[in-house]
Amino acid sequence: MSELTHLTISQARAKLRGKEITAAEITEAYLSAIERANPVLNAYIVVTGDKARDMAKASDAKLAKGEGGALEGIPLGIKDLFGTEGVHTQACSHVLDGFKPRYESTVTANLWADGAVMLGKLNMDEFAMGSSNETSYYGPVVNPWRRSRLDTVVMPTTHQGDGGFVSAGGTKTARTLDNAQLVPGGSSGGSASAVSAFLCAGATATDTGGSIRQPAAFTGTVGIKPTYGRCSRWGIVAFASSLDQAGPIARDVRDAAIMLKSMASVDAKDTTSVDRAVPDYEAAIGKPIKGMKVGIPREYRVDGMPEEIEALWQKGIVWLKDAGAEIVDISLPHTKYALPAYYIVAPAEASSNLARYDGVRYGLRVPGKDIVDMYEKTRAAGFGREVKRRIMIGTYVLSAGYYDAYYLQAQKVRNLIKRDFETVFAAGVDVILTPATPSAAFGIADEDMAADPVKMYLNDIFTVTVNMAGLPGIAVPAGLDAKGLPLGLQLIGRPFDEETLFQTAAVIEQAAGTFQPGKWW
Amino acid sequence: MSVDLQTVKRVARLARIAVSEEDAERMTGELNAILGFVEQLNEVDVSGVEPMTSVTPMEMKKRQDIVTDGNKAADIVANAPATEENFFLVPKVVE
Repeated sequence: MSELTHLTISQARAKLRGKEITAAEITEAYLSAIERANPVLNAYIVVTGDKARDMAKASDAKLAKGEGGALEGIPLGIKDLFGTEGVHTQACSHVLDGFKPRYESTVTANLWADGAVMLGKLNMDEFAMGSSNETSYYGPVVNPWRRSRLDTVVMPTTHQGDGGFVSAGGTKTARTLDNAQLVPGGSSGGSASAVSAFLCAGATATDTGGSIRQPAAFTGTVGIKPTYGRCSRWGIVAFASSLDQAGPIARDVRDAAIMLKSMASVDAKDTTSVDRAVPDYEAAIGKPIKGMKVGIPREYRVDGMPEEIEALWQKGIVWLKDAGAEIVDISLPHTKYALPAYYIVAPAEASSNLARYDGVRYGLRVPGKDIVDMYEKTRAAGFGREVKRRIMIGTYVLSAGYYDAYYLQAQKVRNLIKRDFETVFAAGVDVILTPATPSAAFGIADEDMAADPVKMYLNDIFTVTVNMAGLPGIAVPAGLDAKGLPLGLQLIGRPFDEETLFQTAAVIEQAAGTFQPGKWW
Repeated sequence: MSVDLQTVKRVARLARIAVSEEDAERMTGELNAILGFVEQLNEVDVSGVEPMTSVTPMEMKKRQDIVTDGNKAADIVANAPATEENFFLVPKVVE
C-alpha cells in the first residue's frame, strides 16, 4: 500500500479517474501511514478516519460514474487554523479548548466541493505565531529530514532505503543519518512534515510572514503564498488580518497549482477576497520562460548568510539563464526594514484579533472573583508564551502615546516596501528570485533561538517582505546542503500573477529535481 | 524606547492577561529585546509617505442592508463554557 502514498496529486488523479485505484484504497493507505508515523512526527493532532472513509466512499461513487471534481478522492491534511465543521479547530491553542465550529471555512469548503478527502487536522505553531512549530499546545512537530554524513561504502546494498544515493561503479555514497531531531519550520510545520513524510497528498497552510514558504523550504516541499485577497480568509482563525493568506504545501509544483486552483475563490463573506477569475494554474507549467526578466535583489545578500545559501541562489540564477531568462540586478532598498515593521504591524493586529478569547463565547474558562479576574486568568492559562509576548507588544504599540511612534511609522514604512516592488515591476521585471530562508532546518529546542526571540524572527527575513507588500511568493526546493538537508529558493511575482510563479518554479524543479527524506520513522 | 516593570504590568492589565511578578520580569527583558530590534525604523525617512491602509487597491464592497443570516442561536452558544437558554453566562458585572 505504501506506493499509493507516494503518488503525487496529479498521478493519483489520473489513476483514480482511470479506475486503476479507488479513493478508499488511497485513503486507507494514508490512514495506516499516519498511524505508524504520527507517534514520532506529531504532524497530526486529530485524525478523522471515519470522516475520511465516508468522504472516500462518496468519491468512489462519483468516480465510478465518471463524475467528480478536480480533487475527487485526493486525501488532504488540514492545518488546525481552518474552521472545520464539527471537527477540532483550536489553532493549536489551549485557549480554544474543545472548540468545534458549527461552520466550515470557505477554503476547506471549496476543497470538499471539488471532491477532496479530509484525513485530519495538522499541528502548527499556536495561532500561527512561530517559525519552528515549537509553540504548539500539542508539542513540537518533527521534521522527517535529518542531518546526515556522506560516506563511501563498498557494499552497495547496506544503506538501501536509508536515503542513500547510488553512484556509478562498484562503490556507493551513502548518507548515514544523524539522530538529532530537527524542526520542520513554522507555523505550518505539521502541513510541511506531513506532506514531506507522505502522510497526506497535499495540505492546506497559511502564511502571515513566511509560514508556508519557510516550512516548505525546511522539508523539501513546494509552498505558495498567493496574493493577498486570492483565497478567502473566512472561517480561518485570524492572526494578522492584513497579512494572513491561505495556500497549499505540496510535493511538487504541479500539485501546488492543482490545490491553489481549488482553494482560491471570491467570497461574499470576506470583503478583501478579490473578484477575479481563478486561472488554470496548471496550464502555466511547462511554458518556456525565454525572454522573461528575472530580478536579483542585492539587499537579500545578508550578513552571516551561509555560503551554501549563496551558492544555491547562484545555481538558481544559472538554471533560469540557461532556460532563456534575462537576469537583471535590482534594488529593493527598504528590505531590511520589513521585519521590524512586521513586528509592529502583526502583533498590533494580533492583539486586537485575539481579544475575543475571553472565556465567554468559546473555549477555556478559568473562574475568577469577578469578570475581569475571569478574563485575566483565562487568558493567562490559555495562551502560550510566544502568543502572550505578541499580544503584549501589540497592546503596547497601540497604547495611548505610542501609536504614532510605532504603528503609524510602521505602516508608512510598509508603503515604502510596497513601492520598492512596484518600481522594479514597472521597470519590466517579471519575477524576483531570492533564497527562501537564511539557513536549513535547525534542531528542536535550539538554545540560541530560545534565548532570544529576535533570533527566531530572523527566519522570516526573506519571506516577510512579500506579506508586507501583499504579493505572491512560492518556495521551491532547489538542493541539499552539505549535511543533506533541503534548501529552497523563493520566487516573488506581481499581484495576482501566480501563473508566472508556477511557470518559473517548474523550471527550477526541472533542473533541481524533487527531494524525499530517507525514511527512519 | 524601552519598558520598565511597571509598564509591563500596565500593558498586561490592558491586554487582560494575569502576570506574576516573575512573568513580568521575564517579559520586560523579552519586550525590550523586540523594541530594540524595531527601533531601527526610526532611521527611515517617511516624510510625505502615507500610512498603508490597504495592501491591494480595492473599493469597499457594499451589499443591501437586509438580513441574510440568523436564527441560529443554538449554534452560536454551542461552544460556550457556560450558557442558559441561549444566553452566555458570565460572573455578575452589575451590583
